[in-house]
Amino acid sequence: MPIRTEPITVNIGPQHPSTHGVFRLRVTFDGEMIVDVEPIFGYLHRGTEKLAEERNYTQIVTLTDRLDYVASMTNNQAYCLAVERLMGIEVPIRGQYLRVMAAELQRIASHLVATGFLLQDLGALGTPLMYCFRERERILDLFEMLCGARITVSYMRPGGVYYDAPEDFWPALDRFLDYMPSYLDELEQLLAENEIILVRVRNVGNLPLDRLIACSASGPILRASGLAWDWRKADPYDVYDGLEFDVPVGTNGDNLDRFWVRMQEMRQSLRIVRQCVEQMPPGPVRAELPLVLRPPKGAESYGRVESPKGELGFYLISDGGISPYRCKIRSPSLLNLTMIKDLLIGWKLADMIVNLGSIDINMGEVDR
Amino acid sequence: MNCSIGPDSLFHDNVLYRHIYNAIGEFIPSSLCWLDHIISGFLIILILVNGVLLGAALYVWLERRVLGRMQNRLGPNRWGPFGLLQPIADLVKLLTKEDLVPQGADRIAFLMVPIVVVFPLIAGLAVVPIARNTFLADLNIGVLYLVAITGLSTLGIFMAGWSSGNRYAMFGAMRGVAMLISYEIPTVLSMVGIVLLAGSMSLVDVVNAQHLPFIVVQPLGILVFLLGISAELNRTPFDIVEAESELVAGYHTEYSGIKFALVQMAEFGGVVAASAVASTLFLGGWSGPFLSGQLGALWFLMKLGFFVFLFIWIRATFPRLRIDQIMAFAWKFLFPLSLINIFATTLQVYWLRDDTGALSRGDLGLMAAINIPLALVTS
Amino acid sequence: MMTSFLDVGELAQHIQAAYPDSVEEQTASHLWIKPPLIADVCRFLKEDPELKLEFLNSISAVDYIDHFEVVYLMTSFEFNHSTFLRTRVPGRGEPEVPSVIEIWPGADYQEREIWDLMGVRFEGHPNMKRILLWEGFPGHPLRKDFQDAVEY
Repeated sequence: MPIRTEPITVNIGPQHPSTHGVFRLRVTFDGEMIVDVEPIFGYLHRGTEKLAEERNYTQIVTLTDRLDYVASMTNNQAYCLAVERLMGIEVPIRGQYLRVMAAELQRIASHLVATGFLLQDLGALGTPLMYCFRERERILDLFEMLCGARITVSYMRPGGVYYDAPEDFWPALDRFLDYMPSYLDELEQLLAENEIILVRVRNVGNLPLDRLIACSASGPILRASGLAWDWRKADPYDVYDGLEFDVPVGTNGDNLDRFWVRMQEMRQSLRIVRQCVEQMPPGPVRAELPLVLRPPKGAESYGRVESPKGELGFYLISDGGISPYRCKIRSPSLLNLTMIKDLLIGWKLADMIVNLGSIDINMGEVDR
Repeated sequence: MNCSIGPDSLFHDNVLYRHIYNAIGEFIPSSLCWLDHIISGFLIILILVNGVLLGAALYVWLERRVLGRMQNRLGPNRWGPFGLLQPIADLVKLLTKEDLVPQGADRIAFLMVPIVVVFPLIAGLAVVPIARNTFLADLNIGVLYLVAITGLSTLGIFMAGWSSGNRYAMFGAMRGVAMLISYEIPTVLSMVGIVLLAGSMSLVDVVNAQHLPFIVVQPLGILVFLLGISAELNRTPFDIVEAESELVAGYHTEYSGIKFALVQMAEFGGVVAASAVASTLFLGGWSGPFLSGQLGALWFLMKLGFFVFLFIWIRATFPRLRIDQIMAFAWKFLFPLSLINIFATTLQVYWLRDDTGALSRGDLGLMAAINIPLALVTS
Repeated sequence: MMTSFLDVGELAQHIQAAYPDSVEEQTASHLWIKPPLIADVCRFLKEDPELKLEFLNSISAVDYIDHFEVVYLMTSFEFNHSTFLRTRVPGRGEPEVPSVIEIWPGADYQEREIWDLMGVRFEGHPNMKRILLWEGFPGHPLRKDFQDAVEY
């Protein structure tokens, strides 16, 4: 005789140790098994799109910092690309290289955070997280040298970057590039050789590719499920078409693959940064632009980058004024969250936390 | 000297009790010797309780410092030398908090939980010998007593989860009951090997029987015991009862203030108690390579420290298993392993013991030579 | 190898061949579909073997005072091309557009967000509720005529 059990509903969040921000889930459990889940968000909604309609084009850069606050550089970059396409600005080559370099460093930092929190969610109390944060700290130090800020960088501007890198930045970057691969080996070893981690992530949270495409997912999640789609390759921006890098692809689309894809992407990012350092030509870093940008009336543009979370796009429409008529942000975190039901239903409570961590959402970007 | 314990007395073997009794006996007329017993009894309880509390507090400090060091940060280092007074600062803070009971809680059960979880750990330590002839009680069923009394903590966890009226706590309690009962079996079975070897359940006899530390005679036993006891204590990788990243704080989510302090103390004190038991059963307790009689307590503390450090190290290193994996591990791995251990030990004891049932150092060495390869093969 | 945008003229003809009279207006760069047909056209574009626009990048809505414009951006992974598709809905009330959630489940949150912030309803969406703001929030803040609260 089967035991008759009663489903119970548990509210997880908005204040919960592992919902990665102010994210709330109303989960219905049958024992430990999840039978239904309803995400509730909007707790961090700051109306960025509305605010952008009241700022001028340069001021909006600071708003983009606050979207995905662990990957500000790529946010800056996506927005600047959109504005440049809107106005037809040509960015100096050195500026483009600096942007790519900063964006790739930011990708490493963001993936480190994602990896560290994934391990934290697995229950490894703090240790891997602290180690990941230690390395991220080195990148933030580099950012501090570049632009004086660590998190909300506002380094990129329409037309290039704010300043050229200072003299002592380059030796510091060299030291970082020399050191980082050995650390990544260490981190990967931690994953590949720990039996407990493997049984927790292998074949857990599988996402089929067709479902991901239908749900508009992008970024490492898509690649972990087997589609080699990277906007840096598919639609190169800045100087990406002149740089060599591979797009790592997973096979199963489980948590292990997502973790693995991020690890490999960090290595590729290091490769890109190294190429940027070698190839970077001297010259100006920012195009000569008027103080206040006024794009032509009726112009519209879509600028997108492959942010650490996926496709980050800015859709701008100008009415000829000093601020955009409409600024739509296509946020990867929100859209990756769409298949949350596929990701969580049918798994256990412990897996739920890990699955949620593995898609690496950022509430600043989901709620905007 | 009015009241004193003579060589023929029941209490003569217990050095600690005899000394306290005799010291107080100096000031008490012989007609009131029963009072002396009461006072000494209370004094010894006072020593035990405070010792456990102090040990738990020190352990909290040690755990935070060592974890901090392992995690590339500092840990508490502000209050007192090396932050040693941090537990006191924490305690004062928790004491001054409001004593909250949630509205939906089952009030009586909720308030009883801190007592129920702290009691077994203090009572359990009573039978552990600290140095030669220095113990609070020498029960002839010491091991059985330990098993029985630590089993109570399961009850405390379930009461906490049920009475809180909180679903996280309920989840933690349900997981806890399932896991703790499952892990109790291999843990107890691993202790059976020790009892077979010592021929006695008294922990004092267990220490005396260890001509060779039982850790080498019972490699499977220590493996199963350590894994089982980690689960009993809700330590990583078996900390699903608390599971910070899943259940916020598990069964004690609703506890705050001094009740929280007591529940936490039960947990941290549990590690100390488990380490004490482990070092008594497997490392020979107070006996050491030299000066066991004089430095017994020191040897004991060093062995205890070794196990404590091991527990902290494991906590800093391993992620958590899922509940089904944990149950499978208990029933499919630990349980058969402990049965193999008992079977092998029984056969060896049956053939090797002498007429009095005792085992010599040579016998133990032979058993170690058999059991270590056995452990390597089976596990 | 950039992502190319489809030529609007050819695309319009292609759509017209399958759904006559579905194109409302076309310019050199923009293509407007009649609102009632937008879901059908989207399904056609997704399933058409020559276009295979299987990935919906984003849905956005713009307030042009006299009408709302809903903009769909979609991409084909196989051919690496993408296109914008637009539809205009007049009126200041709660204009309705057919939902594309059946075609792309990824439209779920975006359509809810547009309803929340812009006030365009999507017909056929199973859960047309506010997503970022709370139920009972007055108005739709991304509309141009939205009045800020006087004080916070």
